[in-house]
Amino acid sequence: MSQEWLLVQGVNRVFPAPSGDIVALRNIDLRVSEGQLVTIIGPSGCGKSTLLKIIAGLDTSYEGQVLLNGTPITGPSIEKGVIFQEPRLFPWLTVEKNIAANLPLRRPDVRQRVDELIELVRLKGFEKAYPRELSGGMAQRVAIARALLRNPAVLLLDEPFGALDAFTRAHMQEVLLDIWQQNGTTMLLVTHDLDEAVFLGERVVVMNPRPGQISSIQTIDLPFPRKRTSSSFQEMRRIVLSEFEKVEGPVVDAGAGI
Amino acid sequence: MQQVETRSAISAKPKKQIGRSIRLSLRTVNVLLSLLLPVTVLIVWQGAGMLGLLNPTLLPTPAVILQEFIDLTRSGELLAHLRISSWRALLGFLLGGGLGLAAGLWVGFSYKAERLVDPSLQMLRTLPHLAVAPLFILWFGFDETSKVLLIAKGAFFPMYVNTFLGIRSVDNKLFDVAEALQFSRWQLMTKLMLPGALPNLFLGLRLSIGVAWLGLVVAEMMGSSSGIGYLINDARYFSITSVVFVGILVFAAFGKLTDSLVKLLERRMLRWQDSYKGGDL
Ligand SMILES: Nc1ncnc2c1ncn2[C@@H]1O[C@H](COP(=O)(O)OP(=O)(O)O)[C@@H](O)[C@H]1O
Ligand SMILES: [Mg+2]
Repeated sequence: MSQEWLLVQGVNRVFPAPSGDIVALRNIDLRVSEGQLVTIIGPSGCGKSTLLKIIAGLDTSYEGQVLLNGTPITGPSIEKGVIFQEPRLFPWLTVEKNIAANLPLRRPDVRQRVDELIELVRLKGFEKAYPRELSGGMAQRVAIARALLRNPAVLLLDEPFGALDAFTRAHMQEVLLDIWQQNGTTMLLVTHDLDEAVFLGERVVVMNPRPGQISSIQTIDLPFPRKRTSSSFQEMRRIVLSEFEKVEGPVVDAGAGI
Repeated sequence: MQQVETRSAISAKPKKQIGRSIRLSLRTVNVLLSLLLPVTVLIVWQGAGMLGLLNPTLLPTPAVILQEFIDLTRSGELLAHLRISSWRALLGFLLGGGLGLAAGLWVGFSYKAERLVDPSLQMLRTLPHLAVAPLFILWFGFDETSKVLLIAKGAFFPMYVNTFLGIRSVDNKLFDVAEALQFSRWQLMTKLMLPGALPNLFLGLRLSIGVAWLGLVVAEMMGSSSGIGYLINDARYFSITSVVFVGILVFAAFGKLTDSLVKLLERRMLRWQDSYKGGDL
């Protein structure tokens, strides 16, 4: 158990623009230990996706240092599982083949692990369904299973439930917690939903825009599963919310969740 | 399933409770519906001919054409012509379509190849059959080579253009996924580009077969002593219009048959597609 499984140190990212450079990230420091579930919350345009892309290896034009398990990140790889807002499944493959993707389902170990993951993401009975037959939440679970099959060192989720309705989103949050507890995968989840950040995160990273930076990191010391209606949850929620109000007006989706 | 449902929405409304048996017979109803127009035309045509309203040399009646068809089949003449025509079309299609597929894949996969060959190919594409046919005959004579090449020239382009287009229309976001999952180059081609391009590949296939038939007619009419095209041309020379009709009908039937076969294959292989299948308009 390394204290610095994922280490982001002094990261700056600037997008040159004719009307003046956009500082998408300024001096970002973040340490995530193995097996941790960290949520990142902040308003639109504060650099959340940029940060996740850098960790995923999809953006390498940054200043600073990013280490995963001691090794610098140089490009995308199966070490870093990435889940986007849309599931990005292969429409011509069934659920099980989408999860296997470029790994042969004929191989007994792949077959067995795919079956386990289908069970884990609660898609039993849909192995042979095509993406067009799935709901948004189901498709997103397929994408998660596809990433998990590669045993990633870290799972990066960029507003994964943002396109789902409130009830599906709440269900997906529970499924994700379940996966995390059973699998122990290190996870970094970006959201703009305050409830989601507090419900899932062991730590909540609060970011602010112009320039994109981390304004505080809150440890949420509540046992899982958390109850949204409990007073301790509401208290944590209030604390995180107050972090935004220090900076500027109404910037996050502080709606009551569901 | 979906098709049956949209169909039942049209005509099964009053008899909803009968359900399944109605659905099955709806298929029959649809076939009958599609036959309504042609059968009416045939009856009117035959009637007009029998009343002496039509010039039998220009427009023989359906009965006469049918009799001609039977005679030509009995003598074995039709089958012999059909055999040689099919063989030419098949060879030409395999050659042209195969090269079109290969070129489309190559140009689709490689940006450099696109810059290198696509402009020239697009220029050649616009050359009409009738314009190049004399050249082919000069080069290769009246024998099979010039015919097969003419057909191949036609079959090449639809396959090329659609293969190229299909590969280039694969969702870019899926390329990111493939990169993140560390697809090899080979996997990128076989597991992403080819299946992604499949709908266009089928379109290219169908168009290419269609053009191969057209090329066949041109080739056989330009100068030939066998094949359905020759049969038509020869009959025209002697004003045996019923034989011309038989030739045309055989072409139409074969074109339709091959197209239906490809469509059947397409429906099986593109089951995953989620597209509009037509409404009740
Ligand atoms: N490829 C890009 N080119 C130019 N500017 C970009 C690019 N990507 C992001 N930005 C800018 O960087 C800032 C942060 O963007 P992003 O990371 O997408 O924010 P978030 O995900 O938090 O909404 C925004 O101001 C955005 O306009
Ligand atoms: Mg974003």
